[in-house]
Amino acid sequence: MRRIGPFAVEYVPNPGKLKVLGVSLGAILLGLVVMAFIFWGYGVSPVHAYATIFRGTFGSRFGLGEIVRRAIPLMLCGVGLVLAFRALFWNIGAEGQLLVGAIVGTGLALYSGIHGPWLLLAMFLGGFAAGALWASIPALLRILLGVNDVLTTLMLNYVAMYIVQYLIYGPWRGPTMRGFAYTDLFPDNAWLPLIPRTNVHWPTLLAGVLLAVIFWVLLSRTRFGYEVRVVGQSTEAARYAGISMLRTIVLVAALSGGAAGLAGVGEVAGIHHRLLEPFQVSMGYGYTAIIVAWLARGSPLVAIITALFFGWIFASGDVIKTFLHMPFQVTSVFNGLLLFFLIGSEVLMYYRIRLRRGEA
Amino acid sequence: MSGWESWLVGTVSRALAFGTPLLWATLGEIYAERAGVVNLGVEGMMALGAFFGFAMAKVTGNPWVAIVLAALAGGTASLLHAFLSVTLRANQYVSGLALTMFGLGLSGLLGRGWTGQPLFHSLKSISIPGLSHIPYIGPMFFQKQSVLLYIGVLLALAMWFILFHTRWGLAIRAVGESPATADAMGINVFAVRYLCVFIGGLLAGVAGGFLSVEYRPAWTEGMTAGMGWIAIALTIFVAWNPLQALGGAFLFGALYHLSYRLQQYVSPELLKTLPYVAAILVLSLTATGAARRRRGAPAALGIPYVRGER
Repeated sequence: MRRIGPFAVEYVPNPGKLKVLGVSLGAILLGLVVMAFIFWGYGVSPVHAYATIFRGTFGSRFGLGEIVRRAIPLMLCGVGLVLAFRALFWNIGAEGQLLVGAIVGTGLALYSGIHGPWLLLAMFLGGFAAGALWASIPALLRILLGVNDVLTTLMLNYVAMYIVQYLIYGPWRGPTMRGFAYTDLFPDNAWLPLIPRTNVHWPTLLAGVLLAVIFWVLLSRTRFGYEVRVVGQSTEAARYAGISMLRTIVLVAALSGGAAGLAGVGEVAGIHHRLLEPFQVSMGYGYTAIIVAWLARGSPLVAIITALFFGWIFASGDVIKTFLHMPFQVTSVFNGLLLFFLIGSEVLMYYRIRLRRGEA
Repeated sequence: MSGWESWLVGTVSRALAFGTPLLWATLGEIYAERAGVVNLGVEGMMALGAFFGFAMAKVTGNPWVAIVLAALAGGTASLLHAFLSVTLRANQYVSGLALTMFGLGLSGLLGRGWTGQPLFHSLKSISIPGLSHIPYIGPMFFQKQSVLLYIGVLLALAMWFILFHTRWGLAIRAVGESPATADAMGINVFAVRYLCVFIGGLLAGVAGGFLSVEYRPAWTEGMTAGMGWIAIALTIFVAWNPLQALGGAFLFGALYHLSYRLQQYVSPELLKTLPYVAAILVLSLTATGAARRRRGAPAALGIPYVRGER
């Protein structure tokens, strides 16, 4: 215990769930308050701004659908990152893994000639495999050579991004698209069904929720999950327990990259129905998913909720752009701010601060 | 000059220009990491430097004032990271990522109205009288280069000297290797870490300012295009040594130049992957074999210091 002025500060190694929830909500609220100042600085009344956002997102079936639609890729990437972060594999590359998933999905949709519903199944499998392979590269490099995984996963985002651009400006540019940098539209059997009057491609949503449950079972109920947790605690402990770092980290990376790959297929097959500019395919879902996973604090099931929250932020970004005429970058600013407050507030979580009168 | 000679001269000259922002940003990150703090916010700080530099040049018409403001923008942003990671002991990776998101977002938001405007008061490149007329050497090193290139090279030498040959440098390295020992020696660990992170921010800001005030005198969102990440990779590649940073930055400057130069043979989009693929390759190569045996990574890198522990 330490004394700072009139306060007694005590370290709490395992804060209760309620406290974690309370402090996180407090951090989010603080983020919303700072955001109000940014609205105000931009010449938009904060009350008007938040009222417009709430009406635009919660006020209609379509608005609610937009929240869920944005939450789908965040959920898929987010649950994967929860798993990766549990093993302390710093996967900052969900963005790139999503994009390679979209690439392989597009390739199969346009050029494989598979008939009927098998095509969508092949696209999802292919997207998963692509994301998994893409994420395995940094995992292998880290375990075999000791290369920093933050940097390699991140560099591969840029590589994936430029490959998408290469394809849409080059070999895959759609002949029927009049010179625009898109591929042709997918055939009908590569379109994912939507929930009526929304943009929610429900099969991908289902995949996200299922994956969250599967990862939760994996983490909490299986030997593999135990190994992941030990590896995440300490490399030394893993070595004593006879756990193969290579196997565990590569598997974790592949599962997490595969999940992001599914998200990529969902975006092209459910929303765009073609491959287009990388920032239109993803809008930074892979980066935001890092916050989704961080906020979920190691639980894939909680990631469903945090993904919905950030889905709301993205949907709000659309409302802000359309009705308040502010640029979409508002969401990036808000995401950055939120992350600052969330990690800053962790100090509050692990320390109990009490006012001590008369003793100091 | 024959064909390949002029090609070589041109490549070296442009490699220095492309390498200038990489050099500044890398030098800054070296100091932050030598003091034990990883700052993954370089990309964001560069973006803020680029925007504020451009806006200042536009408003005042003075490119040097613009570069100073760019530095301060990066420096101020870095203090956010210092506060979170040094004072609040938050996870340095996540805090740095937050800074990158925030910096890219804020520069994009504020820069909306400034996109596409030309800058008439850009920083002019200089030719050094006398030296620029030496055959081959002149056009490579002393013709139409940025003043910031020469300042950057001098800075690298000065920063190397300070780091390895002065008491200040010893203090920085001690804080990065063993903060508890440094603390016992009477060094203020927190002050040193704050200062080094701040220096990193200032230099990243200048790197961004170079891009928007001199190199391509205009503001476009995302104009830093991943250079900040390359700088962080370079920091590891050059083994946290300011002198080696010169070689690393100009090598990657050459790669950036080639990714434009070779466009007649290979598609431009694929060429743009060159610096990133190369960064992964050099990180892998330097991580193996003899190089693997401690290349001088500060022992306490990424670990927050808690007074009274150990």
